[in-house]
Amino acid sequence: MNVFVLIKQVPDTEAMLSVKDGTSINEESIKWIISPYDEYALEEALKLKEKDPAVIVNAMTLGPQRVESALRSALAMGADNGIHIECDEDLDIETRARMLAEAIKKESDTGIVFIGKQAIDDDSNQTHILVAEYLDMPVTTNIISFKLEGDKVTCEREIEDGDVETVEMNTPCAVTASKVLNTPRYASLMGIMKAKKIELKKITLSDLGNISTEKKTFTKRLYSPPEKAPGRILEGEPEEMVKELVSILKDEAKVL
Amino acid sequence: MSNLGIYIEIKKGKIQKNVKEVVSLAKSSGNTIFGVIFTNEFQNFKDELNGFDKIINVKGDSLVFHPDSFSETIAEIIKEHDMEYFMGSYSFKAKEIFPRIAGKLDECSLVNDCVNYDFGSAIAIKPVYSGKLLKEIEIKNKLKLITLRSNVFPVVDLDAGSPELIEKTISDKIRSKVINVKKSESKSIDIMDADIIVSGGRGMKEKENFQILEGLASILNAGVGASRAAVDSEFASYNMQVGQTGKVVNPKLYIAIGISGAIQHFVGMKTSKIIVAINKDSEAPIFKKADYGIIGDLFKIVPMLKDELEKVL
Repeated sequence: MNVFVLIKQVPDTEAMLSVKDGTSINEESIKWIISPYDEYALEEALKLKEKDPAVIVNAMTLGPQRVESALRSALAMGADNGIHIECDEDLDIETRARMLAEAIKKESDTGIVFIGKQAIDDDSNQTHILVAEYLDMPVTTNIISFKLEGDKVTCEREIEDGDVETVEMNTPCAVTASKVLNTPRYASLMGIMKAKKIELKKITLSDLGNISTEKKTFTKRLYSPPEKAPGRILEGEPEEMVKELVSILKDEAKVL
Repeated sequence: MSNLGIYIEIKKGKIQKNVKEVVSLAKSSGNTIFGVIFTNEFQNFKDELNGFDKIINVKGDSLVFHPDSFSETIAEIIKEHDMEYFMGSYSFKAKEIFPRIAGKLDECSLVNDCVNYDFGSAIAIKPVYSGKLLKEIEIKNKLKLITLRSNVFPVVDLDAGSPELIEKTISDKIRSKVINVKKSESKSIDIMDADIIVSGGRGMKEKENFQILEGLASILNAGVGASRAAVDSEFASYNMQVGQTGKVVNPKLYIAIGISGAIQHFVGMKTSKIIVAINKDSEAPIFKKADYGIIGDLFKIVPMLKDELEKVL
């Protein structure tokens, strides 16, 4: 059974971002990482492989040359194959999701698509579900546990108000990983060495059939939000500060 | 004039509070406003539907929320009424429904979590990189799916009118089965719904001390949040985590207690109307970002604050 893990390379969470040309981020000096939730997705796929050696873990990503390093990291953690959909352009989200879906369709015997519950860069919060929809697969989001028995997937997911739902679906299907799902492993030295020798599979847009790349959404401007004016540190004895704070919140800020 | 649909979400038997923001913005466009509400007890809600020109009441044997049946039904409605827009508040349910609708329909673009949308220029503004930057996106597609960040848009008083009522049966297309729901043991309200959030960090020292925050929260009718450091130290559960790898919240008042204020936490709550910080470390970065700060021992300050609030509220 083939399983796919969709990973996205994103700037490190601590990165200070600056804007270039008014519409894109300055990529110089950015440290790139695998989007954290995608690591949980990958770990769950690797756990599945440990239980069933017939499982083949395919890490897949889409982007320019630089995303190869994300695939190398995934291979070093234990993925069997790395698939790079080469794409330098800033294509619409729907187009990218269609490319990912079509690339998965090219392979046979697909069981499960694992994805992070969201990427932490553009916060578009839709690619994971779009891919599942384009593949006509059921998808369960935000999962915190995962079990596969035969062709039945059972997972728990966090929903509103801290409630937890247990969901069943049949393969082929997609799941999106939450942080509570597992603890991603570190790549071993042996894994890193092995990963270097694996040849990445390259796919280009023309390999994926007839996907329209006509843009329908356009980034007009990217900018830093206005800085908040510095606040006020209250002074005095604790009792006085507390009294003053409550009075400010109630009468000035009117938030109580 | 175009047709514009709005998802009227029902949560715990009530219309979700941010729906009014969506209607207020939509109304400014001059389009025909359709409301889509999933209920078999429409009479319970009919007095709360100001601003709508038409209401599509979706009925069925089971209206328990399932993203498949809800999104399939809405996709049908969008096609049947040739809508140019479909909008909703960026809630938990919307996060499930809207991408599924986008995946089912051609010629549509979805932009989530908008803090502004201008109908004239078709430009949406949304936070990216967890709010470190803002992005303006022009949407030139035939169908525009737009979700709005909560507590951002002004609510306008709208006339009740007498919307035309259209009935619709819910789709039965469901591809996954919910076999159990385990209710949370926490009694405090979900931070995603809370107008006030009391949040604790590593400075809380141990799990039991979060009860101090629960006590403060119960007086303020607030939700209880936590920093990643507090969650990693197992003082609090992950569903309470505010920040880049947790929840992004936008309350009227955010009280950060024993939280140093790392950038990853700050981006999760920076749009709160008022931020209050209580921390014993005067050098903590949170004080640079808070509207009001108290430097002091939280174990002394918080009980005092609770007593003072009890007096005035």
